Amino acid sequence: MNKPAAPFQSDELARAETRWREAFEESPGADTRIVNRSGIEVKPLYTPRDAPRADSIEALGYPGEYPYTRGIYASMHRGRSWTQRQLIGLGVPEDYNARLKEILAHGATAISLIPCNSVYRGYDADEVPEELLGTCGVVINSVEDMDRALEGVPLERLSCGMNDPSPFTLLALLLAVARRRGLAWTGLAGTSNQSDCLSHFVANHMFFRLALPGARRVLADHIAYCNERLPSWNPLSVVGQHMQQAGATPAEAMAFTLCSAIQYAEDCIARGMAADAFLPRFTFFFDISISFFEELAKFRAGRRIWARLARERLGAKDPRSWRFKFHAQTSGVDLTRQQPLNNVARVTAQAIAGIFGGLQSLHTDSYDEVFSTPTAEAARIAIATQNILREEAHLTDVIDPLGGSYYVEALTDEMESRIDGLIARIDAAGGMYRAVENGLVQRMIGESAHAFQQKVERGEQTVVGVNAYRIEENLDGYRVLEYPDRARIEAQIARLKRFKAERFAAAAHGGLDALARAAQSKDENVFARVVEAAEAGATHGEICACLRRELGFGQPLTIV
Amino acid sequence: MAEHPPKVIVTKLGFDGHDRGSRVVAAHLRDAGMEVVYTPPWQDIPTVVKLATEEDADVIGISSLATDHLLLPKLMAALRAAGMADVQVVVGGIVPPRDEKLLLEAGVARVFHPGAALEEIAHEVRALAAKARALRETAAP
Repeated sequence: MNKPAAPFQSDELARAETRWREAFEESPGADTRIVNRSGIEVKPLYTPRDAPRADSIEALGYPGEYPYTRGIYASMHRGRSWTQRQLIGLGVPEDYNARLKEILAHGATAISLIPCNSVYRGYDADEVPEELLGTCGVVINSVEDMDRALEGVPLERLSCGMNDPSPFTLLALLLAVARRRGLAWTGLAGTSNQSDCLSHFVANHMFFRLALPGARRVLADHIAYCNERLPSWNPLSVVGQHMQQAGATPAEAMAFTLCSAIQYAEDCIARGMAADAFLPRFTFFFDISISFFEELAKFRAGRRIWARLARERLGAKDPRSWRFKFHAQTSGVDLTRQQPLNNVARVTAQAIAGIFGGLQSLHTDSYDEVFSTPTAEAARIAIATQNILREEAHLTDVIDPLGGSYYVEALTDEMESRIDGLIARIDAAGGMYRAVENGLVQRMIGESAHAFQQKVERGEQTVVGVNAYRIEENLDGYRVLEYPDRARIEAQIARLKRFKAERFAAAAHGGLDALARAAQSKDENVFARVVEAAEAGATHGEICACLRRELGFGQPLTIV
Repeated sequence: MAEHPPKVIVTKLGFDGHDRGSRVVAAHLRDAGMEVVYTPPWQDIPTVVKLATEEDADVIGISSLATDHLLLPKLMAALRAAGMADVQVVVGGIVPPRDEKLLLEAGVARVFHPGAALEEIAHEVRALAAKARALRETAAP
């Protein structure tokens, strides 16, 4: 009898719960049934009986310890804040450079680079409709463009996150610039965002260039290359954000993302790479919807599942492989065009959920993204929101402050079991590649999107200003971002033509020929040839055209 | 003879591939009894005009979330040049107020913004399909 008595004997607890339930059932709202976005019924009250694992060291661990439910580092945000990585990219390289220097002067510690949509589709500026150039990102096609975009920027000291889908031409151009500047590639730090080709095939065709089998191969080549040559670079960011923005529930988005990560890891292992050689450089990227508790439970559950998958399923022994590092972005889908300033409140709630969820990096949306690419003023408010939450509201004083909450622990467990169930379903379908090739994942996401929209239309899910609390308003007063100056776009196209005319053509074409031969071969590293072609003066559009010819152009499945 | 249901093309022009909106709207119009021709994103203007001709479409719905709506004036001109001025074109997505005026002036029938109810979209598309048919009948010799 050396065990101290529990504060509540279990039958005393049961009696108290019965008393409460009787009182509750006579109260207004007692018969309201609430189900979260992932389909989990949420009870009106959680008690110690709902969270039997709330003080289990096996289930929670301490921060920085397996299974990392409470955070992947011992000090979490107490020690080091998340990276404030706001996405930027607009116009021509000079426009981008000016904006980048401005945000670096304001304390940003990381570079983000969002290219023009024409770049996403794999084209150079001289082969697309001019109206669309530079309206959503910066036009970068050549090593000269990249050099101008990063003129005067100390690449060796800043982490550089680029939206750079397969075949990773922007990284190739960046390496070429580093070589020109005499910088060692081993010192370059950053992430190849949008490297997750499965997520593009499933949900966000924005970034989808090569047919899936080709994209799969080039990704494995890219991971292998970075692993060998760029030790500080994260070659892979596995993305749940696209799927959730496309309509996946939070549980589905987490499950499908983990399934993609398993496939990529298995591809690397099949090439003979050791799990502990590449998993420490795997990163993740998620959406944060406004379903507050569900989101933070999603992140806590995801951390726990990934740690287990990495250790047990993928055989990793290094704790760095078990850590679930993620960037998160507040959900644009939750924002409304009606009463747009209300979006500041939405972004705040989303950001808090992400911070309590233990993120490593955060992008807060600007309230005016419902109109256009953000204006500088709205982007400043988005950044200020993060600073206010951290430094005025003191959200980061305590690590995992909601840990131990009966509700949060019970919900974390329930999200985990729902996510595990979805992973089992994808496994049974033959893994993520098979499940997307036969349309299973797209159908599930489409059904969830449709079901959510129906809830909004039936008024079961309130959207302030849309299906409730509506007002008459005139939106003409909101300033929206100006499109890039046409003369500058024309000058950019002229510069690209001049670049192509003046470069050492034989070298550029030789680089492209070698790239084509690598793609035709079974075992040559295609990404290594992409880097060489870029250094030899081949442009982004030429590299993409070559691989489109050799590996096939990606087309999404059309399931409605 | 029963009236043939409205025929609607739901598509995306340009470079953006975000297709949640176009999928949800296409599924709803189909469920509402319309004949829907759905395409993947990234269509170009000649392809859409050709499809509208071949399918004898009443309405073309263009989803645009990332400035691809800037191609709409060219699409409208191409439809007129192909003798398809009666086809009604609607746009849904992220369109700044400034640009909405330009699209309406270019002949776009209606711009739906985020938050538009599916019922409202279906109602409007049905009315526009009737308008397209009336225009076609008036024009017929």
